[in-house]
Amino acid sequence: MADQAVFAELAMEYMPSLYSAAMRMTRNPSDAEDLVQETYLKAYRAFGSFQEGTNLKAWLYKILTNTFINTYRARKRRPEESDVEDVEDLYLYHRLGTGASSSIGRSAEDEALDRFTDDEVKAAIESLPESFRMAVLLADVEGFSYKEIAEIMDVPIGTVMSRLHRGRRALQKALAEYGRERGLVDVHPG
Amino acid sequence: MSQFNEDGSVGAGDCGAGHDGGAEAADCEETVHRLYHYLDGELTDERRKAIQAHLDDCGPCVDALGFEAELRRVIADRCKDRVPAQLRERIAELISHERLAGDSAHP
Repeated sequence: MADQAVFAELAMEYMPSLYSAAMRMTRNPSDAEDLVQETYLKAYRAFGSFQEGTNLKAWLYKILTNTFINTYRARKRRPEESDVEDVEDLYLYHRLGTGASSSIGRSAEDEALDRFTDDEVKAAIESLPESFRMAVLLADVEGFSYKEIAEIMDVPIGTVMSRLHRGRRALQKALAEYGRERGLVDVHPG
Repeated sequence: MSQFNEDGSVGAGDCGAGHDGGAEAADCEETVHRLYHYLDGELTDERRKAIQAHLDDCGPCVDALGFEAELRRVIADRCKDRVPAQLRERIAELISHERLAGDSAHP
C-alpha cells in the first residue's frame, strides 16, 4: 500500500504530460486545468490502493482518462469514428516532398515534416474522434504499450490496435490537409 | 518462397529486394502493413525477424520506416504544453490541504 505522504514527490513530475494530454482531450485550457486538478485530487485520495512498484504514470493516466470520459460524456463528441474516411498506408509519406534527398542523410519527406508547426500537429490530433485521439496520444506521444493502453482505456488489446491503426491514418490525412494548404504536399502524388 | 504470405495471398513486393537470403523474410506489403507494430515493439520475435530480414535488403522500406519514426518523433515533440504556474500551485495547495484534513481526522 502506497503512503499518501510520498504522493506529491512521486506524482507531480507527471503533470506536464498529463496537462498536455488533457489539452488534447478537452481542447481548451480551462477544461484541461479542471481535468488535471480533478485527476490529482482523485489520485491522492485513492493512492492507498496504488500498488507500489507498478506503473504510476499509467495509473495516473487511467484516472485522467476515466475522469475525462465521465465528465465529458454528456457533451457532444464530434467527430464520430464512422465519420473518418480510411486512407492507405504511408499516406503522408507519399504526399510530402519530391522523393529527392535535399541533404545527406535526410530525405525531403523528413525535412517537410519539420515544417509542421506545433499548432498544426496539435490541431490535427484534436481533429480525431475521441477514442482514436486517446489511443494515438497514449501510444505516440506517451509511448505506452498496447497492453498499458488497453488497461488505461479499459478495452481489449484488439480494440487498441484497431483504434491506433485508424487513428494514425486519420492523423496522417489531417496533417496532409494542413500540408496541402501550405504547399508542403504534392497535390498529385506519383 | 516468401512471395507468398502466410494466408496464401501473393505478396505485392515492388522494391525488388532479393528474398533468397532467407525464406522467412517478409515482403514489402507486409513490411509496410506492420511498420507501426514494428516501431511499437509489439511484434512476435518471428514477425520482427521477418521484417528485419526484409529491411536489411530493401532501401525503400527502410526510408518509409525512417519517415514513420520521424513522424512519431515530430508528433510527440510538438504536443507539449506548458503547465500554468497557478495550476501547479493550486494542486499542491489542494493536496496539502487534503493531507492536513486527513491527519486531523486520523491523528
